[in-house]
Amino acid sequence: MDTESTYSGYSYYSGRSRGSHRHGERSRDRHKSRSKDSRSEKSVTINTPPAEPLLGDSSVRGEPVQDDNWGETTTAVTGTSEHSLSQEDIVRITKDLEDSVGLDCRRYFTLTLAVILGLLVFLTPLAFLVLPHVLWPEKLQSCGTACEGLFISVAFKLLILLLAVWALFFRPPRAGLPRVFVFRALLAVLVLLFVVSYWLFYGVRILDAQDENYQGIVQYAVSLVDALLFIHYLAIVLLELRQLRPYYSVCVTRSTDGETKHYNLGQLSIQRAALAVIEHYYCDFPVHNPALLSASKSRAAKHLAGLKVYNVDGPGNNAAAAGLAQSQSRAMIAAAARRRDTSHNELYYEEAEHERRVRKRRARLVVAVEEAFTHIKRMQEEEQKKTPGDVMDPREAAQAIFPSMARALQKYLRTTKQQHCHSMESIQQHLAFCVTNNMTPKAFLESYLCPGPTLQYSKDHWRSRQWTLISEASVTSGLKDGSVFNLKCVDFNLVVTAKKIPYIQMSEEYIDPKSHKFVLRLQSETSV
Amino acid sequence: MSYVPGQPVTAVVQKIEIRKLRQGERLILGFSIGGGIDQDPLQNPHSEDKSDKGIYVTRISPGGPADVAGLMVGDKIMQVNGWDMTMIKHFHALQKLTKPNEEVVRLLVTRKSLETAVKGAMGLH
Repeated sequence: MDTESTYSGYSYYSGRSRGSHRHGERSRDRHKSRSKDSRSEKSVTINTPPAEPLLGDSSVRGEPVQDDNWGETTTAVTGTSEHSLSQEDIVRITKDLEDSVGLDCRRYFTLTLAVILGLLVFLTPLAFLVLPHVLWPEKLQSCGTACEGLFISVAFKLLILLLAVWALFFRPPRAGLPRVFVFRALLAVLVLLFVVSYWLFYGVRILDAQDENYQGIVQYAVSLVDALLFIHYLAIVLLELRQLRPYYSVCVTRSTDGETKHYNLGQLSIQRAALAVIEHYYCDFPVHNPALLSASKSRAAKHLAGLKVYNVDGPGNNAAAAGLAQSQSRAMIAAAARRRDTSHNELYYEEAEHERRVRKRRARLVVAVEEAFTHIKRMQEEEQKKTPGDVMDPREAAQAIFPSMARALQKYLRTTKQQHCHSMESIQQHLAFCVTNNMTPKAFLESYLCPGPTLQYSKDHWRSRQWTLISEASVTSGLKDGSVFNLKCVDFNLVVTAKKIPYIQMSEEYIDPKSHKFVLRLQSETSV
Repeated sequence: MSYVPGQPVTAVVQKIEIRKLRQGERLILGFSIGGGIDQDPLQNPHSEDKSDKGIYVTRISPGGPADVAGLMVGDKIMQVNGWDMTMIKHFHALQKLTKPNEEVVRLLVTRKSLETAVKGAMGLH
């Protein structure tokens, strides 16, 4: 009930200011928005003007109402007041709860398996070397120089293997993938089989027989370590090198606004390709701004708002119901096509108006920021000692000049519908950062004038840490030419299509540098 | 057949009468010409003297009106319907050949074999 009263107060206030502020050029807008309202009343749509979080405290108090908000009459439930949860929030919270438990279990399980395997692998050669000394020390031949040389080789090879395994495998995991990583599983199985077969051989031929030839045992241990190094080489090739050469070109499209980028990937399984795509998405795609999509939704609602189908004959028999529904929809389409639709006109003028408004606000913003920056000056070391009174650190300096540009910045962000991406705190932090690094006003404004990649914004906008891979082919199968999969997150879909980079047949042709000679020629042959 | 400035050009010519064939809207003769005072004479494969800027026949479509009339590749065209072709631009030569209302063109052409034939006949005398 609290929220309702705020909204009604809002609309009343804006109605009043609309009458007083709008003259001349704005009269068209006024008629337009009024007619919009009346039409929507007929078709019973819910108009909730979006609340202004964080930055918009002054909007209810002193500012004249922005014309742009009246364009946002949508039927979707957008951000509401701070105390209510939107549908999205609920979905997100339940998802977070569900998945955090399951994923951790799997991660710990694989981690323990890996640790056990690693320990087994490292301790095996040492065990091979030590066991004869422990079990039958009297029978054992003493170790000559060649044999002791092999000890050094075993030690260094084990050290190299340790460093190599640390470099390749002991990295913090980037992501949790839905299915097991096939190559790693294969390698683990291979290593396990290998070590088990060596133990078998050792157990049967050396332990049981109590072989006295210690040099032979040491050479056996050395061969084990060599083979382990080769398996590590195989691991590098399979896990790292194979997908470096670009083989497929994938086209990634965001479903909400059509933003498209192309990347080159190697031969990967679908889940690894999806991971690569998501990492590129965070760095390259401009941040997803749902406020920019409301205009097309309202247009779509208006296209069908004026038509209603009445069933004059009354409820007929069910057999004809399907045919009736089809003919109804066809009639609607025909009527909509015939109707004189002037929405393209509205769109054109709306966009031109918006363009103008954005440019005007941007000009004001740039001037305000430049002026604000002239108020601070960096102090040199010597001057600092002379006048210790007025000295401020970057944060205080930022807070000092922020109020003079705050209003222009707020208006600009509201016009370009970016106000929910930047909080006051983040703007002041950014300002302090720019001042510390001697940046110009233009550099400070760059992050507000164009929407940057998702990584640039605060962690709140990283909501989509949870991605779902939707694919018709199995996710551990490799990428193929023409494979399509979807990456779904809470707000939007990323549609990914893969195309093979074609085989290139190149031939050579030698040109003698002396053969570049020219002569003027005019000759034409014409048929009669 | 070389052109010596100040001296009249003399050549042994053959008269060839070509009846144009109507193909759709156009009247075609069935051969291609090359040369002209605005063209590069060195390119001409059929001329003996590479400074000769006359109009030469470069291609004959087999079975066409020119072929039937006896025109041969390499012939130098001296006159078309009385119009001189030895000192003419390529485009004007085309115009003289493809006048839309004429059905018949009478060419005077010369070729090396004619010269040798006449010389041979004169020599025998």
